[in-house]
Amino acid sequence: MSLMSFITPSLVNSAVQSITPILLAALAGTLCGRVGVFNMAMEGQLLVGAFAAVVGSYATGSALGGVLFAIVFTVLFSLILAYGATVFKGDSVVICIGMNLLAAGLTAYLLRQMFGVSGTFSDPGIVGLTKIRIDAINTIPWIGWIFSRQTAITWLAWILTAAVTIMMFRTPLGLRMRGVGEDASAAGTMGIDVTRYRVLTVLFAGGLTGLGGAQLSLGTVSIFSEDMSAGRGWIAVVAVMLGRNHPLWAALACVLFGVADALSVRLQSQGLPNQLTDIVPYVVTLLALALSHRKRLKRRATETITAHA
Amino acid sequence: MSERSVRAFRFPRIPAVPLAIGIGILIGGLLVLASGGDPIAAYREILIGALAPQNWPNTLNWAVPLVGMTLVAALPLRGGMVNLGGDGQLVIGGLVAALAALYLPLPGPLLIAASILCAMVASGLYASLAAWGETRFGIPMLISTLLLSYPVIGIASYLVGFPLRDMATGLAQTRMIPDAARLPVISGPLNIGLILMIVVAAAVVFYDRRTVGGYELRMRGLNAKFAGYGGVRLAAQQVRVMFASGAIAGLVGAILVLGSLYRYQDGALLTPGYTWSGLMAALLAGGAPLGAIAAGLFFAGLQTGGFAMQRETAIPRVLTMILQSVIILFLAIRHGVGRKSS
Repeated sequence: MSLMSFITPSLVNSAVQSITPILLAALAGTLCGRVGVFNMAMEGQLLVGAFAAVVGSYATGSALGGVLFAIVFTVLFSLILAYGATVFKGDSVVICIGMNLLAAGLTAYLLRQMFGVSGTFSDPGIVGLTKIRIDAINTIPWIGWIFSRQTAITWLAWILTAAVTIMMFRTPLGLRMRGVGEDASAAGTMGIDVTRYRVLTVLFAGGLTGLGGAQLSLGTVSIFSEDMSAGRGWIAVVAVMLGRNHPLWAALACVLFGVADALSVRLQSQGLPNQLTDIVPYVVTLLALALSHRKRLKRRATETITAHA
Repeated sequence: MSERSVRAFRFPRIPAVPLAIGIGILIGGLLVLASGGDPIAAYREILIGALAPQNWPNTLNWAVPLVGMTLVAALPLRGGMVNLGGDGQLVIGGLVAALAALYLPLPGPLLIAASILCAMVASGLYASLAAWGETRFGIPMLISTLLLSYPVIGIASYLVGFPLRDMATGLAQTRMIPDAARLPVISGPLNIGLILMIVVAAAVVFYDRRTVGGYELRMRGLNAKFAGYGGVRLAAQQVRVMFASGAIAGLVGAILVLGSLYRYQDGALLTPGYTWSGLMAALLAGGAPLGAIAAGLFFAGLQTGGFAMQRETAIPRVLTMILQSVIILFLAIRHGVGRKSS
């Protein structure tokens, strides 16, 4: 079988879709990392966002309502990390573990209490996000499948990636944020309110991840199922590590995972058991992590993220 | 909000853990109230379900794997390390125990011992892989332990779904293990897994308090650089500790498979969520073994009580998971519970 028939246009389209939540979560992770807050609660934040999006869409009857719910509730949920890791000086790793479990428990509990179902909630009342058709390019092979038929959130995710990169490295605000992360006491001496920067960044990052959650539940399927983030938040954590808190490199890592994800879908349609194809993205993630650290090791003996974590 | 105003709000006279549990119960109660339930009835059912004498065997039976997974998390935590890979380690232990019990040609007690030993060694080696990855290549164990679980769970699921599947049933599970490989029953649901777990728990406490290795591990937790400077070989220690941690997870998997499931069943080891409850219990005690065991027992009571609550009041038992995470979050935020990071 030739490569071209193996990778179909619709496969590319679904790959781009599946990258979006991971990309938004990774973007959130880089922002937090830059101001010196280690965020590994994205798994839980995506879940809260996905759930709130379904609730909002079901209640208001519009996808926009769902997206707004997702953003608002994920920001509220992120208050725990925003204040816990800064003002209250808690261990961010422990806080994030707690948040991930709280998100899993809370969404499962509310799913049962609000909709009376366990497992998966699907209802015609949940309005999904519309795919934007760009008529000018819709019929062009490949290009049409990559750029057309995508949700607004996917577009926004890539625009935000560019915007965050420019903001981070080309504006005074970004300079201050990086200063807060690199040397908080020096930044404080320069008159920057370190705590305020950290709290606001974590909350903004929560909004981004909430948006990713909305894409997860309203982008392709319009359902919520328990634990539907299914490790995407953790993959985003790895993307942040691989990209070393640089949004563009993290985005590149996300594309790698998207390709791996699409590959697993494709392998499954070739008749391989889904238990095996499902693990492809994680194996690719682990390999990428191993390779990147091997290379890094050659340059410098011990630059440990764990010391930071 | 300035730090000063936060300090002013502290209640130093109420010990941290009871306060956190109180807050957890309060928030959980409000949640039940908001969703139209009766919190008093819910908590009463939890208490009866966990502590009424006729329910002790069930609570204890639930506590065996949960306390086991608590020790799995507590041991590395004592040295400031986090093992998030309990799920994968549990699965390897359970699967290896089932396969050993099915295919090793050994008589009765020897078969049990061999199965448990195989499970512990396999899980231990697998867990130390993540430690080796960090010491050799600098791959953060925090994330690698977790990520390694996904492929392991997937492969185990494939194995029992296809090549090792019991064709007599429609489910993804292995054949039943022979009677000779089943753990002897003490009474009711309790089997000698309980005794094995008590022995392991005692061994961990003894190691922590009375041995050079335990001392070195605590030193590492307080200040890894100091421990390294004082002559502790940190890399070897990390691999050793993770081997022990994984081996305990393997034992838990083996006890579940040989003691109550009698076969490896896809998902059966993971759906109860022992790994994460255990991790939270370990965090609650900051990695101190005795405290962690107590916390594990507490969470086990909470969860068996949760089953009773769901049965009697129709309030979903996942509420207990919310209680646990609220307690941990409160402790982490207000009292700096967690790893003593230098």
